[in-house]
Amino acid sequence: MSGQSTPLRLFWAEFRENKVAVFALVVVVLMILLALFASVVSPQNPYDLANLSLMDSRRPPGFVGSGGYTHILGTDPQGRDLLSAIFYGLRISIQIGLAAGFVSLTIGTTLGILAAYVGGRIEALIMRLVDLQLSFPAILLALVIVALLGQGKAQLIGALVAAQYAYFARTAYGAAKAERGKDYIEAAVATPLSARLVVLRHLLPNCTPPLIVVATVQIANSISLEATLSFLGLGLPVTEPSLGMLISNGFPYMMSGRYWISVYPGVALIILIVAINIVGDQVRDQFNPRLRR
Amino acid sequence: MLGFIIQRFLQAVGVMAVMSVIVFCGVYAIGNPIDIVIPPEATAEIRQDAIRRLGLDRPLYEQYFIFIGNLLQGDLGRSFVYNIPVLELIGGRLPATLELVLISVISATVLGVTLGIYAGYRPDSWVAKTIMAVSVLGFSVPSFWVGLILILTFAVNLGWLPAGGRGDTVEIWGVDWSFPTVNGLSHIVLPAINLALFKLAMMIRLARAGTREIMLTDTIKFARAAGLSEGTILRRHLLKLISIPIITVFGLELGSTLAFAVVTETIFSWPGVGKLIIDSIAVLDRPVMVAYLILVAFLFVTINFVIDLVFALIDPRVRHGASS
Amino acid sequence: MSAPVLSVRDLRTHFFTRAGVVKAVDGVSFDLAPGEIMGLVGESGSGKTVTGFSLLGLVDEPGRIVEGSIKLNGTELTTLSDVELRARRGRDISMIFQDPIATLNPMLTIGQQMKLAIDAHERLGKRAADARATELLTQVGIPSAAARLRAYPHEFSGGMRQRVAIAIALLHRPAVIVADEPTTALDVSIQAQILYQMRDLAAETGTALIWISHDLAVVSSLASKLAVMYAGRIVEQGPTATLLRDPRHPYTAGLLASLPAMAPPGAPLAQIPGTTPSLLSLPPGCPFAPRCDRATAECAAEPEITFRGDRGWRCFHPVGQAEEVTA
Repeated sequence: MSGQSTPLRLFWAEFRENKVAVFALVVVVLMILLALFASVVSPQNPYDLANLSLMDSRRPPGFVGSGGYTHILGTDPQGRDLLSAIFYGLRISIQIGLAAGFVSLTIGTTLGILAAYVGGRIEALIMRLVDLQLSFPAILLALVIVALLGQGKAQLIGALVAAQYAYFARTAYGAAKAERGKDYIEAAVATPLSARLVVLRHLLPNCTPPLIVVATVQIANSISLEATLSFLGLGLPVTEPSLGMLISNGFPYMMSGRYWISVYPGVALIILIVAINIVGDQVRDQFNPRLRR
Repeated sequence: MLGFIIQRFLQAVGVMAVMSVIVFCGVYAIGNPIDIVIPPEATAEIRQDAIRRLGLDRPLYEQYFIFIGNLLQGDLGRSFVYNIPVLELIGGRLPATLELVLISVISATVLGVTLGIYAGYRPDSWVAKTIMAVSVLGFSVPSFWVGLILILTFAVNLGWLPAGGRGDTVEIWGVDWSFPTVNGLSHIVLPAINLALFKLAMMIRLARAGTREIMLTDTIKFARAAGLSEGTILRRHLLKLISIPIITVFGLELGSTLAFAVVTETIFSWPGVGKLIIDSIAVLDRPVMVAYLILVAFLFVTINFVIDLVFALIDPRVRHGASS
Repeated sequence: MSAPVLSVRDLRTHFFTRAGVVKAVDGVSFDLAPGEIMGLVGESGSGKTVTGFSLLGLVDEPGRIVEGSIKLNGTELTTLSDVELRARRGRDISMIFQDPIATLNPMLTIGQQMKLAIDAHERLGKRAADARATELLTQVGIPSAAARLRAYPHEFSGGMRQRVAIAIALLHRPAVIVADEPTTALDVSIQAQILYQMRDLAAETGTALIWISHDLAVVSSLASKLAVMYAGRIVEQGPTATLLRDPRHPYTAGLLASLPAMAPPGAPLAQIPGTTPSLLSLPPGCPFAPRCDRATAECAAEPEITFRGDRGWRCFHPVGQAEEVTA
C-alpha cells in the first residue's frame, strides 16, 4: 500500500491486478510504436516501386526474394514484402482510427454537453436526432456516406465520424445531465460565473470517465469499420492501403490456397482490436460504480 | 393499452416521415438528382425530359411531395443495371436476406442469453471467464475476417461446406427458401455463423451485465430470504426481469444484422439485398440505393413498433399504462 | 424465561475487499425468546443490516461469517450446507427489507410471487396456495385480498407493498423475522400503522422479531429489548425500559441525549462529537474511545462485554456506575 493514494495511482494499482489487461496495454503500445516507426523497422519500403519485382509476387512465407532478404510472412500480389506492408498498413489504420475517434469525441461531447446544459428545444432536437441515429447501424450509415461522398481519406473519416459521434453525444449527455440536475450546478449557474466556466469546471470532468471508455471502444470500432469498408472496396484509395485493403487484395487468392496474403494482415488487425477492447473492458469495469465493492 | 398502441403507431409514422425527409435531402439535394434517375450517358434531350417529368424545375418542397407521392404508390424508379422496377428487384432478393438474418439472430439470442446468464451468475468461474474471452473475440474480430477464415477452414481446407451461393431452394408461399433442403442448409451454415458471431458476443455481454446487476437487487435477496431455490430464482425472477433489455436489443440487433448482412452476403456470394446494394454502389445504380435506404428505414421503424407492442404484452407496468 | 428461539454468540462477518478487510460485524451476541421483539439500533454502517443478512446466511461476496455461532431452535446455522440453509430460510427465519418497491418483482403478480414462496417449502395445489395467500394478505390488512392476487406490485401503494412483503415473510409462520428498517421508506402515517400491526402479528403468531433501525425513538416504542450497535459490535444491550432510563455505554447515553424528545423545548440538541469511524481503519481498542469524554488510557484495549443480569455493555467506564454497585 502506498502512502499517497492519488486517484490515478489507485486506478493503476487496480488495473495492474488484471494481468491480461496489462499485457493487452503493452501490445497496444507496441503496435503504435511499430506503426510510428514503420519506415525504420520494415525490411522494405513496400510503396517504393523501385524495390518491387513481379517475380516476387505471391510468394509463401520464408521466401528469399530478389531483394536478397527473407520475406518472413511472404509477399502480396504486387510482390511487396507482406511484413513491411503490414507495418505501413497498421500506420494508416491507426491513423484513421485515432482521427475518426477524436473528431467524433469532440463533436459528440460538444453536442451532448450543449444539450444537457442548454436544455429546452435545443436539447430535444439534438437528442432526438442522436437517438434516431443510434438506432441505425453504424456500418450502414458509413456505407451510404462513402457512397455519396466518394473515396478518399477525408471522406472516410467523415463517414466514420458521422457513424460514431452519436455514441459520444449520448454518453456525454447522460453524464452531464445527471450532473446538471445536482444542486451545486444549479448554484453555480445561479452565480455570475460564466457558462463556459461551469461547463469546463463541473460538467466536463464528470463526463470524462465514461467518455474515456466510449473512446477506447470507438477507436477500435473505427479501425474495424475502416477495414470493413476497405474490404468492400469502399474505403481508402489504392495508394493508401490499410490493413483492410491488404486483406481484400488477398481474398481472391485464398481459394487457391495462398492464404497468407489475407490471413497475416488480418491477424495484425485482430491483435490490435482485441488488445484495445481488453484495455477498454478493464477500464469500463473499473469505472462502473455499480460493480465496485 | 389501445391508446398506447395508437400513440406508438403515430410515433412510427412520424419517424418514417423524418427518415423520408433525410433520405430525400441526402440523395436528392446533395447529389445531383438527375444523376440518380438517368444514366450518365443519356442525351441532353432525355435529361431535359427527365427534369420536367420529375418536376425538378419546381420548388424544393413541391419536389418532396412528388417524391413522397411516388413513394406511397410504390414507385421508386427503375434500376439502371437490371432495367426492372427497383421494388421488384429488391423484393426478389429480400427473402434470402431475411432467412439468413432470422436464423442468425435467433440462434445467437438463444445461445447468447444462456451463456451470458451463466457468466453473470458465476462471474469468477473459469467457464464464465472462457465465455467472456470468446465474447471479446466475437466482439473484436471484424466479421469480414471471420468470414474469410470460415471459408478458408471449412470450404478450402476441410471441404466440408460450400463457400458461397444459396444452394437448393424450396418454394413456400411463392418464395424460395434454402433452409428446408439439406443442400440449402449446408449453404446457409457458414454465412449464418459468420453473421451470428457478433450478435452472440453482444447477447452474452448484455445477459451477463443484466444478470450481475439483477442478482444484486433486493428483489433477488428477498426471494432468497423467502427460501426460493437458486434454480427457481433464475427461472422465474431473473429471466422475467432480464427479458426487457434482451427484447429491446433483439429488436435493435435484428435491424443492425440486416445491415451487417451486407458484409456477409458479399463474402459468401449470398444473393440477398446486401450483396445487391454493394453491387449497386459499385456501379452507381442510385435508384437501388435510395430504395434500399427507404426499405431499411421502414424495417427499422416496423421492428421498433413491434418491439413496443411486445413490451406492452410482457411488462405489466406498460400494459396498465402506468407512468414510470 | 423460556429457551431462546435464536441464540447468537460472538458473530463476526468480515468483507475481504481490495482495500482491506472490513469487519462489518465483529462481536455480536444476543438471545431472542419466542415472540420477543428486539430492536437492533445503530447508525448506518454500524453493521446492523449485515448482522441481519448473516442470520439468514445471505452475506454476499466478498463477505463471509468468519467466526461465531447462530443457533435457531437449537440448530447451528453457520455449519449448514447451502441446501439445508435454504430449506430453513422463509420457513424458520425470514426477512423483510427497507424498500418495498425494490423487493417485489414488478413482472410477476402478487399471487405468483406468493406461490413461489409457498412452493419453496411446501407442495400445495393452486387452490390451497391461493387460499393460504389470501389468508395472509387479509391478516396483514389488505382489503379484498383474493382479487388482489392477480394484481402487479405497481398497482399497490408503498405501504401496501410492504404489507405484501410482510405477508410473504409470514407465509410459513417462521420462528424469527428480521425486519430491516421496513418503515423507513414509507410515509409517517403509514409507518405507525405497519409498526403496530407487526407487533400484533408477532404476538398472534408467536414469531420473534428483530427490528433493525437507526431510529431509537421508533424502535423503543415497539421492542421489549434493545441492542445498540457501534462499529460492528453490540456496545450495549438490555430491556428497553431500563436501557432507556439508565444507559451504561457512553454511546447509548449520547444517542439518548441527542433525541429531540429528551431536550427541553428551545434548547439545543446534544451531539456526539466526531464522526463514525471507517471500518477499514479502526483504531485498536474501544472503537468509540476517540469520541468519548470518559475515555482513559485503559480504553486502548478492547473492552469485553460485561453482563449484569439481563443487561450487558462493552465499556471500562460505564455511565451510572454508582447505581450499579448498589444493585
